[in-house]
Amino acid sequence: MLSAEGIHHAYGRVAVLEDVDLSLAAGEVVGLGGPSGSGKSTLGRLLAGRLSPSAGRICLDGAPLPGTAPRRPAPVQYAPQVPELAVDPFWTVGRILDNGGTPDPLALAALGVAPAWHDRRPVELSGGELARVSLARLFHPALRVLICDEVTAQLDALEQATLLDRLTALTRNRRIGLLIISHNAALRARYCDRSQVLG
Amino acid sequence: MTALEILSRGPGGTRGGRHPLWRGAGAAGLVLLILAAAALMPEPWLDVNAQAVGRAPGPAHALGTDSLGRDVAARTLAALAMSVKIGLLAATASTAIALILGLAAALGRVADHVVGVLTELVLGLPHFVLLIMVAFATGAGATGVIFAVALTHWPRLARVLRHEAQTVAASDYVATSRALGRSRPWIARHHLAPHLLPQVVAGFVLIFPHAILHEAGLSFIGLGIEPHLPSIGVMLSDSLREIVAGHWWVAAAPGAGLVIVALSFERFGEVLRAATAPPEGTP
Repeated sequence: MLSAEGIHHAYGRVAVLEDVDLSLAAGEVVGLGGPSGSGKSTLGRLLAGRLSPSAGRICLDGAPLPGTAPRRPAPVQYAPQVPELAVDPFWTVGRILDNGGTPDPLALAALGVAPAWHDRRPVELSGGELARVSLARLFHPALRVLICDEVTAQLDALEQATLLDRLTALTRNRRIGLLIISHNAALRARYCDRSQVLG
Repeated sequence: MTALEILSRGPGGTRGGRHPLWRGAGAAGLVLLILAAAALMPEPWLDVNAQAVGRAPGPAHALGTDSLGRDVAARTLAALAMSVKIGLLAATASTAIALILGLAAALGRVADHVVGVLTELVLGLPHFVLLIMVAFATGAGATGVIFAVALTHWPRLARVLRHEAQTVAASDYVATSRALGRSRPWIARHHLAPHLLPQVVAGFVLIFPHAILHEAGLSFIGLGIEPHLPSIGVMLSDSLREIVAGHWWVAAAPGAGLVIVALSFERFGEVLRAATAPPEGTP
């Protein structure tokens, strides 16, 4: 349902992506790998509509993605690498979770977001807890595709496994396409239906 | 409070939370006290008295009298009140200019460039020379001083606000809020404003002592408050002639008063800025 065809992207004169294709079906878990600088994050941002490609088409169910300023929560969401930077340090966890509307109770439960955290500030959560909050808030009712950009890179092995187990079970269950961007081939092999490697 | 204490404060601000409050109450109390005392002071205390010229501090005049027989304590108080009033006005105007320019810079590339050049220009000129030029151009006196301080003290704060606004606008959490369907005005209200407010408050508190010092400076060289009015700058300027006669008290009282008011606000501003930074000081 999410498809990217012939994607080119350049930062100034530096071409990062050249003629890249990628597709992601509902409920599918796809890995995106490649060495540092190969354009993994750039492709993730392009797919989420945070950047516009220099050339190529990105479609959701055959229709172009809504622009960068949607009036309602966008169907494709992007979770950046560092959860500490992805949340406003002044906000409480409850407010962060409410940002896209009432948070999905299934997603909250599946990701293990505790109600006790609601009055805390991001700084009062651990890295793993914050990663889960930062993901859970993206599960609004119209979510179709979730792009996770190295979201577990800062976590220890146990926390990494717990989070990815819960996340993949949740997206498969809710028929949400999941793109896991990771340089870790073993991790991709374990959780993804298939993997694509850039560069 | 030392930098170490500020760094070690807990996320709830239990430790840093009380100190700035007390300091703030202290600084605000000092200002109110000066304003109230100056307003309540009987007018004759400021009068010239030919019978008590150049008296050293004593029972009749706690801080002595000057070469015209005016009570130094009463005159210092009135001068500090004048300074505080001018300082508040000028600091408010300066902060408003900084806020408008800082926000304007976040609007677009051209606006940002214009604000950047303007800021560099004002910062590039020698500070006091610019003050003198503006004060002179706007006709000296109290109005001139207010204009001069207001028009020269915004660049540093404007630069801080501009940087803060750009950092927030480019942050992942703003991008996420956009992707979750939030409008630009909503983001300005809920992301930008909470980040800018502490900077604006601290900026104002830090501009205030500068405004007071520069009011004194301009009055000292004769471009500020009219010489017959009580003003710290005028008093210090007058005291130059009396110091050679050994009348140290004529300079000591206004000098110390100025330093105490300016320093207490400077310290208060520093602590306030540290205490209201986002939890853990993340950018």
